[in-house]
Amino acid sequence: MKNKEPLILGVVVFFTLVTYYLVEPFAHHQMHKHVESENFEYADIAKFTPTTNVAHGKELVTSNCTACHSINVENMPAPMDPTTSAATYGVNPPDLSNAGVVYDAKYLAAFIADPAKAANVSHKFNDTKMHPMPSYNWMQPSEISDMVAYLQSIAVKAEDLTPAMAYENACGRCHAVHYEKWTQIGSKPSFKHEKDSLAFDIKVMEYEDSIKAYMGKLPPDLSMYIRSRNEHFISTLVENPQNHLAGTAMPRVGVSAETMEKVIEHLEDAGDAKRHERAAVGMNVMIYIVIFAIFALLWKKQVWRDLH
Amino acid sequence: MAHFTKATSVKDWFNQRLAIEKVEKVMMSEYWIPKNINFLWAMGMVLVITFAMLLVSGIFLLMYYVPTVDGAFDSVNYTIMREVDFGWLWRHVHGVAASVVFLIIYIHMFTGIYYGSYKKGREMIWISGMLLFVAFSAEAFSGYMLPWGQMSYWAGMVITNLFAGGSLHADGLVEWIRGDYVPAQAFLGRFFMLHVLLIPLAIIGLIALHFGALRIPHVNNQDGEEIDFDEEAKKYLDGKKAESKVMRFANDFMAKDLMVVGVFLVFFFYLVFYNYGFAMDPVNFDPADGLSTPAHIYPEWYFLWSYEILRPFNIDLGLVLFAFAQVIFVLLPFLDRSPNSVPANRRGLFGIWFWVMIVNLIVLTAMGKLPPEGIFSTIGLVSAILFVVQWLALPFITKLEKKV
Amino acid sequence: MENNSRRGFMGKAFGAVAGIGAVGSLYAMKKSWDPLPSVKAAGFTTLDMSIYEEAVMVTEKWRGKPIFVLKQSAEMLKKAKENPRDIERLVEVDGSHYMMCIGLCTHLGCIPAFRQDKNDFKCACHGGEFDASGMVQLVPPPRGFDIPPFRIDGTKLVLGEVGPEWQAMKDNGITL
Repeated sequence: MKNKEPLILGVVVFFTLVTYYLVEPFAHHQMHKHVESENFEYADIAKFTPTTNVAHGKELVTSNCTACHSINVENMPAPMDPTTSAATYGVNPPDLSNAGVVYDAKYLAAFIADPAKAANVSHKFNDTKMHPMPSYNWMQPSEISDMVAYLQSIAVKAEDLTPAMAYENACGRCHAVHYEKWTQIGSKPSFKHEKDSLAFDIKVMEYEDSIKAYMGKLPPDLSMYIRSRNEHFISTLVENPQNHLAGTAMPRVGVSAETMEKVIEHLEDAGDAKRHERAAVGMNVMIYIVIFAIFALLWKKQVWRDLH
Repeated sequence: MAHFTKATSVKDWFNQRLAIEKVEKVMMSEYWIPKNINFLWAMGMVLVITFAMLLVSGIFLLMYYVPTVDGAFDSVNYTIMREVDFGWLWRHVHGVAASVVFLIIYIHMFTGIYYGSYKKGREMIWISGMLLFVAFSAEAFSGYMLPWGQMSYWAGMVITNLFAGGSLHADGLVEWIRGDYVPAQAFLGRFFMLHVLLIPLAIIGLIALHFGALRIPHVNNQDGEEIDFDEEAKKYLDGKKAESKVMRFANDFMAKDLMVVGVFLVFFFYLVFYNYGFAMDPVNFDPADGLSTPAHIYPEWYFLWSYEILRPFNIDLGLVLFAFAQVIFVLLPFLDRSPNSVPANRRGLFGIWFWVMIVNLIVLTAMGKLPPEGIFSTIGLVSAILFVVQWLALPFITKLEKKV
Repeated sequence: MENNSRRGFMGKAFGAVAGIGAVGSLYAMKKSWDPLPSVKAAGFTTLDMSIYEEAVMVTEKWRGKPIFVLKQSAEMLKKAKENPRDIERLVEVDGSHYMMCIGLCTHLGCIPAFRQDKNDFKCACHGGEFDASGMVQLVPPPRGFDIPPFRIDGTKLVLGEVGPEWQAMKDNGITL
C-alpha cells in the first residue's frame, strides 16, 4: 500500500496557502493603494543654504517668535497656557526648544517663510481665513537660515532625542496617546483629589474643542495606531498626508527621517509595548516546540515498530 | 446494593466503585482503530488540543476583561496586552487559535466528505459534527464582539440586521436580539454571556455526543474497507500485532496523534509569535464608533464563503441562499443517494463534485474578502450560483453512481 | 517483548518533555495572576502632617485600607509616656507626635470606631478596644494596630516606603 501521506500533505498545504494568499496579501493590496516613501527628501522644497550666525538667529527668533512660542530651554515661557492658546489661535504654538533637531532643516526654513505652503495645507486657508502663524517670506533667506541655525544650536543632540520627545514635539499638540497618559496639553499627572483630576480633564476637553473647530474634526488618539495602521502607512502619511488623505487638514509636519523612526518607536511603545518580550519568548517557545515534535516523532516510531 | 469486597489495592478500591479498568479498556486500550488511515485522521485530536488552548487562554483573558462598552477595548489592548504578565501571550494564542481552529475544522470536515465517513451508521457523527461547526461559529462571532473595536461593532450591526428578514422588516426582532436599537451595552453583555458560558457548555456537550456517536461505528479508514473489528481485535490480542488490521487507540494511535499534534504546534506557535495579522485584523484596533463605518468591513476568513453567497443577490434571495448554505451541509448523508462509502477518487462523478466544491469554496472565500466591484462581483455571483447548483445536483449524481 | 523497555523509555522521555512545557505554561499562568504594575505603583500615599489637629481622628487611605491619623494632645502624650510600649508606637514629625496606623482591628479586620469622649477605639465586631496610641486595652485583638511602612520627608509622611523610624519599629516588634 503506497504511502499517500506526502501527497495528502501537499494538497492540504497547497490549498491553505492559496486561500491565505488570496484572503490576506492579495485582498489587502486590492483594498489599500500602496504609496512609496520619498525618504523624507521633501523634493518640492527648494534647496536650503545653511548659515552659522547663531547669535543673529537668536536675536531674530527672540524678537519674532516668542510672542507666541515658548522656548523652555532658554527659560522663555509661553505667554498663555495651552488651552487659552488653542482657544485664541485654533492650535497651541509649540515650544521651540527642540524644533532644530525634530524637523528637517530645509523644511523648517520653508515653514518659517510660508507655514501653510510648507505644510501642504494652503487649500484650507485664504484671505479671510488665515494661518494662525504669519509668513516670514519678507525676511532675507540668510536671516531665516540664521534662525534655523540658532534653533539647531539650542536643541538636544540627535542621539539624545528620545522617542517620547520626538512624538510630543511632532505630533503631541494634536494627537493624544492615552495609553502613555499623554494629552494634547501635556502628560496627565496623578492627582490626590478627584476634583483636581476632573479639572485637568476639563482643560483637555476645552482644548480639544478648539482644535476640533480649527481642524474640522478631532485628531484621533494614536494609542493603537501602530497596529490599526502599519509602520509604512504611518511613515508615508506623516511624510505627506495629502498622499493618503487628499484634502485633509493634517499638516505635513516636516520631520526628518531619523525623527520619524523615533516617532514610530514611540507609537510601538504605546501600542505594541511587549514586542521585545514577544520576540524573546517566541524564540524560546519555537526551540522547545521543535524538540517536543521530535520527541513525539521518536515515541511514535517506537510504538509503531511492531505494528507494521 | 452491589457486592463490595475488601480492596486489594488503591486501584482495586476505585475499580470496584467506578469501574475504571472497564472505562479505560472501552475508551483507550481496547478502542480499536484501523491501521490503514493517514495523518488526516489526527485532526480530531488537533481540534481537542486547540479547543483546550482556547479554554486556558480564555480563562486568563476572562480574569482581566471588562465587559462594558467603555472599558472593553482598553481592558484588552491596555490591561491585558501591556500590564498583565504574559497577557499578550494569552491574547495572541486565543486570537490565533480561534482562527486556526476553523482551518482544522474545514480539513476535518472535508476529510469526512472525501472518505464517506458520514454514511452507513456514521450519520450521527456527521450531524453532531455539523452542530459543533454551528456552535463554534456562534462562539467565534460572539467572541469577536468582545474587544469592542470597529469591526466588532459593525459586524455586530450587520449580522443582527440579517434577522430583519429582508422584506419581512422584522425590526422589532432585531432590536430584541440586541436589547437596544443599536449594538450597545445590552448587546455586549449578552454576547459576553454566550461566549463565556452558554456556548462553551453546548460545545462540551456536543463533543461528548460526537465521541459517543463515533464509538459504536468506529473510525473509518482510507480504503473504505469494512473491517470486522472483533476479529481483528482478537488477532491483535493474540499477539499478532503486525497481522491485525487494527491497533489500540491508546497508546498506538495516540502516539501518531500526538506526533501530528507536535508538528501542528510548531506551525501554530510560529503564527502566534510571528505572523498573527490574519487573526487580529487591523480594523479592530480602532475603538468602536457607531457614527463611522470603516471603508472596508468583512468577516473573519472562515465566514467569507457564506458571506459571499449572501452578497451578490437582492436581500430576500440572498437571505434564502445564505440560510440554504448554512443548513445544506447537515443534509449530506441524506442527499448522497449512493451506497458507496469509499474514497471520492473511486466514486466517479462524486470525485469531481468534491474537488469542484473545494475550489469553489476557496473562490467564494477570496471574493468575500474583496470589495464587491467589477470582476470580483461577477466571479462571486457565478461561484455562489455554482455552489447552489452543486448541492441540487448531488442527489442525481450519486443516484447514478455504480456500486463499488 | 524486547521492544517494551525502549518503548517505555521513549514514552517516558516524551512525557518528560511535555512536562517541561506544562511547567512553563504554569509559570506563565502564575505570572498572569500577579498584581498588576499599576496596582503596585499606586501603593504609595503622601500625608501632609501639618494639616492635622490635636485629638481629632482623621481617616486617610493607603492601598485601599483605612489609615488612622491621631495627633496626640498633651494629655494623650503624657499617658503614652507612662507606658514604654505606647510611646514607641507614636511617630514624631516636626515636633508633634502622631498615632499613625492601619485602621483595621488586628483580631479579624473590622474598622474600630473612634470614641471622642474616651479618646479610644471600640471595635463593634467582637468588642476589642485600642487606646489613643493604638495599643490594645481590651481583648480579643492580639496586638496593637499595625503600622504601615513609612518614611519621613520633612513635614510629610510617605506611606509605602521604608524609612529608618519604621524599620526600628519593625525590628523592635512594635509592628509586623
